[in-house]
Amino acid sequence: MSKKVIVIEDERNIIEAISFILSRDGWDVVTHSNGHDAIDAVRLRKPDIVILDVMLPGKSGFDILQEIRGDGELGQIPVLMLTARGQEKDREMAQRAGASAYMTKPFSNAEVLDAVRHLATV
Amino acid sequence: MATLNVLVLVCLSYVALLFIVAFMADRAAKQGRARWLRSPVIYTLSLSIYCTAWTFYGAVGFAARSGLEFVTIYLGPSLVMIGWWWTLRKMVRVGRSQRITSIADLISSRFGKSNSLAVFVTVIAVIVLAPYIALQLQSVTLSFDTVASPDFIATKDASGQQATALWVAAGLAVFTILFGTRNVDANERHHGVVMAIAIEAVVKLIALLAVGVFVVWGLSGGVGATLDRIDASPIATWEVPGSRWVGLTLLSAAAFICLPRMFQVMVVESEHEDHLRMASWAFPAYLMAMSLFVVPIAVVGLDMLPADANPDLFVLTLPLMEGREGLAILSFLGGFSSATSMVIVAAIALSTMVSNHIVMPIWLRSTGGSAIISGDVRSVAMLARRLAIAVILFLGYLYLRLSGGGSALAAIGLISFVGAAQFLPALMGGLFWRGATRSGAMAGLGLGFVVWLYCLFLPSFGPSGILPQTVFENGLFGMSWLRPYALFGTEGMDPVMHAVLWSILLNAGSFILVSILSLPQPIERLQGAQFVNVFDHSSTPGGWSGGLAQSEDLMIMAQRIMGARDAQTLFAEEAQRQGLGGYLPEPSPDFLNRLERELSGSIGAAAAHAMISQIVGGATVSVQDLMAVADETAQIMEYSSRLEAKTDEQARTARQLREANEKLTQISVQKDAFLSQISHELRTPMTSIRSFSEILRDTDSLSGEERNKYASIIQEEATRLTRLLDDLLDLSVLENSQVVLNQQSGTLFDLLERAIAAADVTGKLRIHRKPEREKVMLNTDLDRLTQVFINLISNAGKYCESDTPELRIKAETRDGDLVVDFIDNGEGIPRNHQAVIFEKFARVGETKAGGAGLGLAICREVMGRLGGSISYVPGQAGAAFRVRVPMEAGQHVQAAQ
Repeated sequence: MSKKVIVIEDERNIIEAISFILSRDGWDVVTHSNGHDAIDAVRLRKPDIVILDVMLPGKSGFDILQEIRGDGELGQIPVLMLTARGQEKDREMAQRAGASAYMTKPFSNAEVLDAVRHLATV
Repeated sequence: MATLNVLVLVCLSYVALLFIVAFMADRAAKQGRARWLRSPVIYTLSLSIYCTAWTFYGAVGFAARSGLEFVTIYLGPSLVMIGWWWTLRKMVRVGRSQRITSIADLISSRFGKSNSLAVFVTVIAVIVLAPYIALQLQSVTLSFDTVASPDFIATKDASGQQATALWVAAGLAVFTILFGTRNVDANERHHGVVMAIAIEAVVKLIALLAVGVFVVWGLSGGVGATLDRIDASPIATWEVPGSRWVGLTLLSAAAFICLPRMFQVMVVESEHEDHLRMASWAFPAYLMAMSLFVVPIAVVGLDMLPADANPDLFVLTLPLMEGREGLAILSFLGGFSSATSMVIVAAIALSTMVSNHIVMPIWLRSTGGSAIISGDVRSVAMLARRLAIAVILFLGYLYLRLSGGGSALAAIGLISFVGAAQFLPALMGGLFWRGATRSGAMAGLGLGFVVWLYCLFLPSFGPSGILPQTVFENGLFGMSWLRPYALFGTEGMDPVMHAVLWSILLNAGSFILVSILSLPQPIERLQGAQFVNVFDHSSTPGGWSGGLAQSEDLMIMAQRIMGARDAQTLFAEEAQRQGLGGYLPEPSPDFLNRLERELSGSIGAAAAHAMISQIVGGATVSVQDLMAVADETAQIMEYSSRLEAKTDEQARTARQLREANEKLTQISVQKDAFLSQISHELRTPMTSIRSFSEILRDTDSLSGEERNKYASIIQEEATRLTRLLDDLLDLSVLENSQVVLNQQSGTLFDLLERAIAAADVTGKLRIHRKPEREKVMLNTDLDRLTQVFINLISNAGKYCESDTPELRIKAETRDGDLVVDFIDNGEGIPRNHQAVIFEKFARVGETKAGGAGLGLAICREVMGRLGGSISYVPGQAGAAFRVRVPMEAGQHVQAAQ
């Protein structure tokens, strides 16, 4: 059974790109596009890996990450944060919030794939 | 008979003796070892300058002519000393506390330190005293001639007398100058002079008593025989009118207080006001002794001497008649003493007034005050006083010449008495009535003086002397109510009483009336309070009798100013130095000076002086002190207000800096946020572009449809990037005032047509318009305005969430502006977002419509450039934006299309 990845991202085109890459690599990809109920989607789908955008409508990626880390059942899920702001303090904030990996847009497809594969083995 | 030479020799010897006494007294005083100089006995004896040649010679003459009337001249001062000595005490206290130098100084000080008033008083005093000086000259001249002439009965050889009088005047002037102007300081007391006067007082008393004893026991044959003679003589039967009795008594009382020379010895030379206690009984006793033998001498003289003998000279002629040359010379010396002591003190008092109030102010003004630094002041003052003495004696001589010199001594003296009495209202009013004003004093003095001049002084030169005979008979300018001896028709009065009545009445009346009507100046109020309440203000002046009690007060004050420890150290040090146990030293002058220096370091010299004076007494706080304190306070206040201003300035600068800093921080935060936003907006499309281009490159197995789709995504995202960059540049240009507006004319209708077409919302949005309202000609940058319209229309297309999206465009002119509303039928913008929608990157809602959030920000900038505005109109059906364009260049087109 293939592993499941949830992509929480609001940009339609980026979702499509990531889904394409991971699907071809054999991942089960589900998507969600707003911050409000992102945590519910994670609980519902029970993914192996979460890919989380920082700037989401409704709720910031950092807040969602905190909710995940605060949840007893979901607490240990590897989370890959994506940000478009590209500032150093964002990286620090992501680490402090408990991100497993961090990636600045624009990224290469290989990077995303490597990161997801790596997180899956930890 | 004694020759003139012998007499002159006797005089010179006597004068030399007086000089020696004065010299030794001065030296003793300077060395501070002559306590007896400051005894009340000396003070009382010095008061005896009241008894001049008038008393010595004239009283007998007065008695021989008018009976017991002469007693009034002794009665007045005695009543003052016994019954009114507290008034004198007040005058002495004021004089000491205000450092008064003369009666002119006292009056001018009381009425606001007015120099014009001082000048006025001085001039009056000089004129008033001329007859009095003349009296002394006349008596000395007569006594000279009488004693030196072979025929001892006084003749009335006028020309010979005048020559003698001139010599006497010159001699007295020299004598007075030598005696009275050795030191210049008016504040310093003339110990030597006072001592000499005291000696003269004794000499004249002994001389008169000796003559009296000789007359009663030597000539008349004992007390009983003398009393019989008196009963038999007409003197006993002469009735004195009651009004004249009262009048003369009051007059002599007033003169006793007001005469400048009396003021000099009583106030200026006073060592201690307690001396008045002894003087209050001892001086009347002295007067009684002086008057004891007046009546016997007069009666015996009238009995024994030829009828044409001058009664004023009985004191001399009775001994001479009996060949008692020694007694005659003693008597002569008594008269000489009386005359010289009066002339000396009067001349000193007057010359001080002349020099202080007339010469010095003029001289200082003419030299611009520069001389104060140099020693010139001293020599000028000295010269002024010497000249003044000479002039005063010359005036006396002149009066003697002009008035003929034949009058009875008492008559001459009374003229001066009435004149001096004019000072009384201003003096007493000043001391007891706070409401008295300078104007009142001026008016009273002026009127009283004029009346005195007119009714007594000028007539004293005799009928057709200065006033023509017609004035006496018909009045001034023929007005009968202005006759000098019958003012306002008061005929039949004694001339002296007449003058006293009218001058004092008018003087006091106008003084009171004008005082009530005029307002005192602030300094007059101050001085008035100081004078009237002098006993409330100061403790016993002079001695440091307060002793340790004062030290304690000083200590309390010093502690407050210097701090407790410093003050205690200072006091303890001083106490040790004085050899006292404990921590409180005696308030010695040295210590007070030192303390004042210490304090002035903290609170300024004037304030320190004022505070110490206040505690130690002696001087109350003078107006100058207060002014100086006020000056210092003003300086300190100015200084502190400068400091305050500086502090304010610094606070302001600090606030400005803080504000600038906050602004910079805010700008920095905004810049970070802006960069972060830009980064996000740029990276997002780039991510898609990169990702899909890699997919296209790396994936061979893509279908043609997929390949097409992904390429379209790349193209779409690239367009988005371009649009974003365009907007950013546009905004940057708009924000940096580099916009060049391209003014064109066109109708609103055309603009909207173009905008709708460009917004590309056909099929997505139904637009409602009223074209007839859009026929408005605009003259503005049409492209920019179109850009705003495009943004608003396309926003409606993107964000209106209605199922059947509609946009209504309404145009109207309002207040000279063209107002265009864009209202859609969506949900509108939430209230909490309405404030920020015109900010950069502000986006509402969660939908991604491809905008970067710069559209409305650009609209706002554009409208600002065009002189109009754009705003959100809340409370409409949906989102409602209002664009306002100024119409200045625009106009309604009637016939468009």
